[in-house]
Amino acid sequence: MNYSAEQLERYSRHIILQEVGVEGQEKIGAARVLIVGAGGLGSPAALYLAAAGVGTIGIVDGDVVDLSNLQRQIAHYTKDVGREKVLSAEEKMVAINPDVKVQTHRMLLKAANIREVIRDYDFVLDGTDNFPTKFLVNDACVMENIPFSHGGILRFDGQTMTVLPGRSSCYRCTFRQPPPPDAVPTCSQAGVLGAIAGMLGTIQAAETLKYFIGTGELLTDTLLSFNALNMTFRRVPLRRQDSCPLCGSKPTITELVDYEQTACVIK
Amino acid sequence: MSAEHEIAASKNLRGVNCPMNLVYTKVAMSEINPGEVLEIILDDGPPINNVPGSVKKEGHEVLSQARLDDGAWSVLVRKGG
Repeated sequence: MNYSAEQLERYSRHIILQEVGVEGQEKIGAARVLIVGAGGLGSPAALYLAAAGVGTIGIVDGDVVDLSNLQRQIAHYTKDVGREKVLSAEEKMVAINPDVKVQTHRMLLKAANIREVIRDYDFVLDGTDNFPTKFLVNDACVMENIPFSHGGILRFDGQTMTVLPGRSSCYRCTFRQPPPPDAVPTCSQAGVLGAIAGMLGTIQAAETLKYFIGTGELLTDTLLSFNALNMTFRRVPLRRQDSCPLCGSKPTITELVDYEQTACVIK
Repeated sequence: MSAEHEIAASKNLRGVNCPMNLVYTKVAMSEINPGEVLEIILDDGPPINNVPGSVKKEGHEVLSQARLDDGAWSVLVRKGG
Protein backbone atom coordinates (compact mmCIF):
# COMPACT_ATOMS: atom_id res chain seq x y z
CA MET A 1 0.00 0.00 0.00
CA ASN A 2 1.16 3.52 -0.74
CA TYR A 3 0.62 5.86 2.15
CA SER A 4 0.13 9.57 1.61
CA ALA A 5 2.40 11.94 3.51
CA GLU A 6 -0.56 12.73 5.73
CA GLN A 7 -1.17 9.05 6.51
CA LEU A 8 2.51 8.49 7.28
CA GLU A 9 2.35 11.34 9.76
CA ARG A 10 -0.94 10.07 11.24
CA TYR A 11 0.46 6.58 11.79
CA SER A 12 4.06 7.66 12.48
CA ARG A 13 4.02 6.63 16.15
CA HIS A 14 3.00 3.14 15.09
CA ILE A 15 5.41 2.92 12.20
CA ILE A 16 8.44 3.86 14.28
CA LEU A 17 7.71 1.01 16.68
CA GLN A 18 9.99 -1.83 15.71
CA GLU A 19 7.21 -4.36 16.44
CA VAL A 20 4.75 -2.54 14.16
CA GLY A 21 6.57 -0.79 11.35
CA VAL A 22 5.20 -0.19 7.87
CA GLU A 23 4.22 -3.85 7.53
CA GLY A 24 2.32 -3.91 10.82
CA GLN A 25 0.45 -0.74 9.95
CA GLU A 26 -0.50 -2.26 6.61
CA LYS A 27 -1.88 -5.30 8.44
CA ILE A 28 -3.92 -3.00 10.68
CA GLY A 29 -5.21 -1.22 7.60
CA ALA A 30 -6.32 -4.50 6.03
CA ALA A 31 -8.04 -5.70 9.22
CA ARG A 32 -11.78 -6.15 9.58
CA VAL A 33 -12.98 -5.94 13.20
CA LEU A 34 -16.51 -6.27 14.57
CA ILE A 35 -17.28 -4.51 17.85
CA VAL A 36 -20.31 -5.97 19.60
CA GLY A 37 -21.91 -3.24 21.67
CA ALA A 38 -21.36 0.50 21.35
CA GLY A 39 -21.38 0.98 25.11
CA GLY A 40 -18.80 1.25 27.86
CA LEU A 41 -16.28 -1.16 26.34
CA GLY A 42 -17.23 -0.68 22.71
CA SER A 43 -16.83 3.09 22.86
CA PRO A 44 -13.15 3.31 23.78
CA ALA A 45 -12.39 0.26 21.65
CA ALA A 46 -14.10 1.82 18.64
CA LEU A 47 -12.32 5.13 19.06
CA TYR A 48 -8.86 3.61 19.51
CA LEU A 49 -9.28 1.11 16.69
CA ALA A 50 -10.46 3.90 14.39
CA ALA A 51 -7.54 6.05 15.48
CA ALA A 52 -5.18 3.13 14.82
CA GLY A 53 -6.40 2.90 11.24
CA VAL A 54 -8.19 -0.46 11.32
CA GLY A 55 -9.46 -0.62 7.76
CA THR A 56 -13.00 -1.85 8.37
CA ILE A 57 -14.79 -1.62 11.70
CA GLY A 58 -18.27 -3.02 12.14
CA ILE A 59 -20.26 -1.94 15.16
CA VAL A 60 -23.39 -3.67 16.41
CA ASP A 61 -25.92 -2.22 18.82
CA GLY A 62 -29.68 -2.05 18.86
CA ASP A 63 -30.00 0.68 21.48
CA VAL A 64 -30.28 4.44 21.46
CA VAL A 65 -28.11 6.66 23.65
CA ASP A 66 -29.49 7.22 27.14
CA LEU A 67 -28.42 10.04 29.43
CA SER A 68 -27.21 7.46 31.98
CA ASN A 69 -24.80 6.03 29.38
CA LEU A 70 -22.69 9.19 29.13
CA GLN A 71 -20.83 8.63 32.41
CA ARG A 72 -18.76 5.89 30.72
CA GLN A 73 -19.72 5.41 27.06
CA ILE A 74 -17.35 8.01 25.70
CA ALA A 75 -18.25 7.73 22.02
CA HIS A 76 -21.57 9.37 22.83
CA TYR A 77 -22.05 13.02 23.66
CA THR A 78 -24.85 14.89 25.40
CA LYS A 79 -26.25 15.95 22.03
CA ASP A 80 -26.58 12.27 21.05
CA VAL A 81 -29.13 11.32 23.71
CA GLY A 82 -31.99 9.57 21.92
CA ARG A 83 -29.88 8.82 18.84
CA GLU A 84 -28.97 5.33 17.61
CA LYS A 85 -25.73 4.31 19.32
CA VAL A 86 -24.20 2.87 16.16
CA LEU A 87 -24.72 6.14 14.29
CA SER A 88 -23.41 8.21 17.18
CA ALA A 89 -20.30 6.01 17.41
CA GLU A 90 -19.77 6.01 13.65
CA GLU A 91 -19.75 9.81 13.60
CA LYS A 92 -16.96 10.01 16.19
CA MET A 93 -14.91 7.22 14.60
CA VAL A 94 -14.98 8.85 11.18
CA ALA A 95 -14.24 12.24 12.73
CA ILE A 96 -11.09 10.80 14.32
CA ASN A 97 -10.01 8.99 11.18
CA PRO A 98 -11.70 9.34 7.79
CA ASP A 99 -9.52 6.48 6.46
CA VAL A 100 -11.67 4.00 8.36
CA LYS A 101 -14.69 2.32 6.81
CA VAL A 102 -17.40 1.91 9.46
CA GLN A 103 -20.19 -0.60 8.98
CA THR A 104 -23.12 -0.05 11.33
CA HIS A 105 -25.40 -2.91 12.35
CA ARG A 106 -28.39 -1.54 14.23
CA MET A 107 -29.70 -4.77 15.66
CA LEU A 108 -29.61 -7.14 18.61
CA LEU A 109 -27.49 -10.20 17.98
CA LYS A 110 -29.45 -13.40 18.33
CA ALA A 111 -28.81 -17.07 17.70
CA ALA A 112 -30.60 -16.69 14.40
CA ASN A 113 -28.50 -13.81 13.02
CA ILE A 114 -25.09 -13.64 14.73
CA ARG A 115 -23.18 -16.09 12.55
CA GLU A 116 -24.13 -14.26 9.40
CA VAL A 117 -22.96 -10.92 10.86
CA ILE A 118 -19.61 -12.04 12.32
CA ARG A 119 -18.66 -14.09 9.27
CA ASP A 120 -17.75 -10.87 7.49
CA TYR A 121 -14.98 -10.04 10.01
CA ASP A 122 -11.50 -11.28 11.02
CA PHE A 123 -11.79 -10.51 14.73
CA VAL A 124 -14.64 -9.80 17.15
CA LEU A 125 -14.43 -7.56 20.20
CA ASP A 126 -17.10 -8.42 22.74
CA GLY A 127 -18.28 -5.33 24.58
CA THR A 128 -21.68 -6.64 25.59
CA ASP A 129 -23.30 -6.03 28.97
CA ASN A 130 -24.96 -9.38 29.65
CA PHE A 131 -24.10 -13.03 30.00
CA PRO A 132 -26.49 -14.43 27.38
CA THR A 133 -24.84 -12.35 24.65
CA LYS A 134 -21.33 -13.11 25.91
CA PHE A 135 -22.03 -16.83 25.58
CA LEU A 136 -23.66 -16.25 22.22
CA VAL A 137 -20.58 -14.36 20.97
CA ASN A 138 -18.25 -17.06 22.30
CA ASP A 139 -20.25 -19.90 20.78
CA ALA A 140 -20.71 -18.19 17.42
CA CYS A 141 -17.03 -17.20 17.18
CA VAL A 142 -15.90 -20.75 18.01
CA MET A 143 -18.32 -22.20 15.44
CA GLU A 144 -17.19 -19.72 12.80
CA ASN A 145 -13.52 -20.00 13.86
CA ILE A 146 -13.18 -16.26 14.40
CA PRO A 147 -10.78 -15.01 17.10
CA PHE A 148 -12.28 -12.68 19.66
CA SER A 149 -11.67 -10.68 22.81
CA HIS A 150 -14.01 -11.28 25.71
CA GLY A 151 -14.55 -8.44 28.15
CA GLY A 152 -16.76 -7.58 31.07
CA ILE A 153 -16.95 -4.91 33.77
CA LEU A 154 -19.00 -4.42 36.91
CA ARG A 155 -18.62 -2.00 39.82
CA PHE A 156 -14.82 -1.66 40.13
CA ASP A 157 -13.93 -4.95 38.45
CA GLY A 158 -13.00 -5.90 34.95
CA GLN A 159 -12.01 -9.10 33.22
CA THR A 160 -10.86 -10.00 29.75
CA MET A 161 -9.44 -12.90 27.78
CA THR A 162 -8.56 -13.47 24.15
CA VAL A 163 -9.79 -16.58 22.40
CA LEU A 164 -8.29 -18.20 19.32
CA PRO A 165 -10.87 -20.90 18.53
CA GLY A 166 -9.38 -24.39 18.31
CA ARG A 167 -6.06 -23.12 19.64
CA SER A 168 -6.74 -21.60 23.05
CA SER A 169 -9.34 -22.07 25.74
CA CYS A 170 -12.75 -20.61 24.99
CA TYR A 171 -15.04 -18.83 27.42
CA ARG A 172 -17.03 -22.03 27.91
CA CYS A 173 -13.94 -24.06 28.80
CA THR A 174 -13.97 -22.07 32.05
CA PHE A 175 -17.54 -20.82 32.37
CA ARG A 176 -19.85 -23.62 31.34
CA GLN A 177 -23.12 -21.73 31.18
CA PRO A 178 -24.61 -18.34 31.95
CA PRO A 179 -25.49 -17.71 35.59
CA PRO A 180 -29.21 -17.97 36.36
CA PRO A 181 -31.13 -14.81 35.47
CA ASP A 182 -30.99 -12.30 38.34
CA ALA A 183 -28.16 -14.18 40.09
CA VAL A 184 -25.76 -11.53 38.88
CA PRO A 185 -26.59 -7.84 38.90
CA THR A 186 -26.17 -6.01 35.63
CA CYS A 187 -24.32 -2.71 35.34
CA SER A 188 -27.54 -0.82 35.61
CA GLN A 189 -28.43 -2.50 38.88
CA ALA A 190 -24.98 -2.59 40.44
CA GLY A 191 -23.23 0.50 39.17
CA VAL A 192 -19.85 0.78 37.51
CA LEU A 193 -16.98 3.23 37.84
CA GLY A 194 -17.00 4.90 34.45
CA ALA A 195 -13.24 4.98 33.95
CA ILE A 196 -12.87 1.20 34.20
CA ALA A 197 -14.80 0.92 30.95
CA GLY A 198 -11.86 2.74 29.40
CA MET A 199 -9.33 0.56 31.23
CA LEU A 200 -10.87 -2.64 29.94
CA GLY A 201 -11.98 -1.48 26.50
CA THR A 202 -8.51 -0.22 25.70
CA ILE A 203 -6.95 -3.53 26.82
CA GLN A 204 -9.30 -5.22 24.37
CA ALA A 205 -8.34 -2.75 21.63
CA ALA A 206 -4.65 -3.40 22.29
CA GLU A 207 -5.22 -7.16 22.08
CA THR A 208 -7.04 -6.67 18.78
CA LEU A 209 -4.15 -4.67 17.32
CA LYS A 210 -1.59 -7.19 18.60
CA TYR A 211 -3.53 -10.00 16.97
CA PHE A 212 -3.24 -8.33 13.57
CA ILE A 213 0.36 -7.20 14.01
CA GLY A 214 1.20 -10.73 15.11
CA THR A 215 3.62 -9.70 17.82
CA GLY A 216 3.88 -10.20 21.57
CA GLU A 217 1.78 -12.49 23.73
CA LEU A 218 -1.99 -12.40 23.55
CA LEU A 219 -4.22 -12.98 26.58
CA THR A 220 -4.92 -16.47 25.34
CA ASP A 221 -5.36 -19.18 27.97
CA THR A 222 -5.30 -16.32 30.45
CA LEU A 223 -8.03 -14.44 32.25
CA LEU A 224 -6.83 -10.98 33.18
CA SER A 225 -8.88 -9.42 35.93
CA PHE A 226 -8.49 -6.22 37.85
CA ASN A 227 -10.05 -4.45 40.77
CA ALA A 228 -9.76 -0.70 40.38
CA LEU A 229 -10.67 0.02 43.98
CA ASN A 230 -7.34 -1.46 45.09
CA MET A 231 -5.85 -1.23 41.59
CA THR A 232 -4.77 -4.84 41.65
CA PHE A 233 -4.33 -6.92 38.49
CA ARG A 234 -4.37 -10.69 38.38
CA ARG A 235 -3.64 -13.17 35.62
CA VAL A 236 -5.38 -16.51 35.94
CA PRO A 237 -3.91 -19.24 33.72
CA LEU A 238 -6.56 -21.21 31.84
CA ARG A 239 -6.37 -24.37 29.80
CA ARG A 240 -8.41 -25.80 26.98
CA GLN A 241 -10.76 -28.39 28.41
CA ASP A 242 -11.29 -31.59 26.51
CA SER A 243 -14.63 -31.75 28.32
CA CYS A 244 -15.70 -28.32 27.02
CA PRO A 245 -19.25 -28.71 25.67
CA LEU A 246 -18.37 -26.39 22.81
CA CYS A 247 -14.72 -26.82 21.77
CA GLY A 248 -13.92 -30.13 23.48
CA SER A 249 -13.50 -33.47 21.76
CA LYS A 250 -17.17 -34.43 22.20
CA PRO A 251 -19.11 -31.21 21.83
CA THR A 252 -22.72 -31.21 22.99
CA ILE A 253 -23.38 -27.64 21.87
CA THR A 254 -23.69 -27.74 18.12
CA GLU A 255 -26.32 -25.07 17.65
CA LEU A 256 -26.68 -21.57 19.02
CA VAL A 257 -29.28 -20.85 21.67
CA ASP A 258 -30.75 -17.64 23.02
CA TYR A 259 -30.51 -17.59 26.81
CA GLU A 260 -32.93 -15.46 28.79
CA GLN A 261 -31.91 -11.81 28.75
CA THR A 262 -31.96 -9.88 31.99
CA ALA A 263 -29.64 -7.02 31.16
CA CYS A 264 -30.27 -3.44 32.06
CA VAL A 265 -33.81 -3.63 33.29
CA ILE A 266 -33.33 -0.63 35.56
CA LYS A 267 -32.22 2.74 34.27
CA MET B 1 32.79 5.76 -0.43
CA SER B 2 29.56 5.40 -2.37
CA ALA B 3 31.50 3.62 -5.05
CA GLU B 4 32.05 0.69 -2.68
CA HIS B 5 28.34 -0.04 -2.47
CA GLU B 6 25.67 -0.22 -5.10
CA ILE B 7 22.85 1.99 -3.88
CA ALA B 8 19.39 0.56 -4.50
CA ALA B 9 17.50 3.67 -3.41
CA SER B 10 18.17 7.10 -2.04
CA LYS B 11 15.99 9.24 0.21
CA ASN B 12 16.63 12.93 0.74
CA LEU B 13 15.49 13.73 4.26
CA ARG B 14 16.95 17.23 4.45
CA GLY B 15 14.59 19.42 6.49
CA VAL B 16 12.68 16.41 7.85
CA ASN B 17 12.67 16.33 11.63
CA CYS B 18 12.53 13.42 14.07
CA PRO B 19 10.68 11.16 14.07
CA MET B 20 9.28 11.61 10.56
CA ASN B 21 12.78 11.08 9.11
CA LEU B 22 12.75 7.63 10.71
CA VAL B 23 9.25 6.98 9.36
CA TYR B 24 10.37 7.83 5.81
CA THR B 25 13.52 5.75 6.29
CA LYS B 26 11.44 2.74 7.36
CA VAL B 27 9.10 3.19 4.40
CA ALA B 28 12.09 3.33 2.04
CA MET B 29 13.62 0.26 3.71
CA SER B 30 10.36 -1.65 3.24
CA GLU B 31 10.62 -1.03 -0.49
CA ILE B 32 14.06 -2.61 -0.99
CA ASN B 33 15.20 -6.21 -0.57
CA PRO B 34 17.35 -7.62 2.26
CA GLY B 35 21.02 -7.05 1.45
CA GLU B 36 20.35 -3.98 -0.69
CA VAL B 37 21.66 -0.58 0.31
CA LEU B 38 19.60 2.53 1.01
CA GLU B 39 21.16 5.98 1.13
CA ILE B 40 19.51 8.49 3.42
CA ILE B 41 20.45 12.15 3.60
CA LEU B 42 19.95 13.46 7.13
CA ASP B 43 20.33 16.90 8.68
CA ASP B 44 23.05 17.52 11.23
CA GLY B 45 21.98 17.53 14.90
CA PRO B 46 19.20 15.30 16.23
CA PRO B 47 18.59 13.54 12.88
CA ILE B 48 22.15 12.24 12.43
CA ASN B 49 22.38 11.61 16.18
CA ASN B 50 19.23 9.49 16.31
CA VAL B 51 18.25 7.88 13.02
CA PRO B 52 21.32 5.66 12.45
CA GLY B 53 20.97 4.18 15.96
CA SER B 54 17.27 3.49 15.43
CA VAL B 55 18.02 1.85 12.09
CA LYS B 56 20.62 -0.42 13.73
CA LYS B 57 18.12 -1.45 16.42
CA GLU B 58 15.78 -2.56 13.64
CA GLY B 59 18.38 -5.06 12.50
CA HIS B 60 19.93 -3.15 9.62
CA GLU B 61 23.62 -2.38 9.12
CA VAL B 62 24.89 1.18 8.96
CA LEU B 63 27.74 0.99 6.45
CA SER B 64 28.94 4.58 6.55
CA GLN B 65 28.15 8.14 7.56
CA ALA B 66 29.72 10.94 5.53
CA ARG B 67 29.43 14.71 5.96
CA LEU B 68 28.29 16.49 2.83
CA ASP B 69 29.31 20.00 1.69
CA ASP B 70 26.05 21.55 2.90
CA GLY B 71 26.50 20.12 6.42
CA ALA B 72 23.98 17.29 5.95
CA TRP B 73 25.00 13.63 6.23
CA SER B 74 24.86 10.79 3.76
CA VAL B 75 24.21 7.52 5.57
CA LEU B 76 24.36 4.15 3.83
CA VAL B 77 22.25 1.39 5.34
CA ARG B 78 22.22 -2.25 4.28
CA LYS B 79 18.85 -3.86 4.83
CA GLY B 80 18.87 -6.76 7.29
CA GLY B 81 17.35 -10.14 6.49
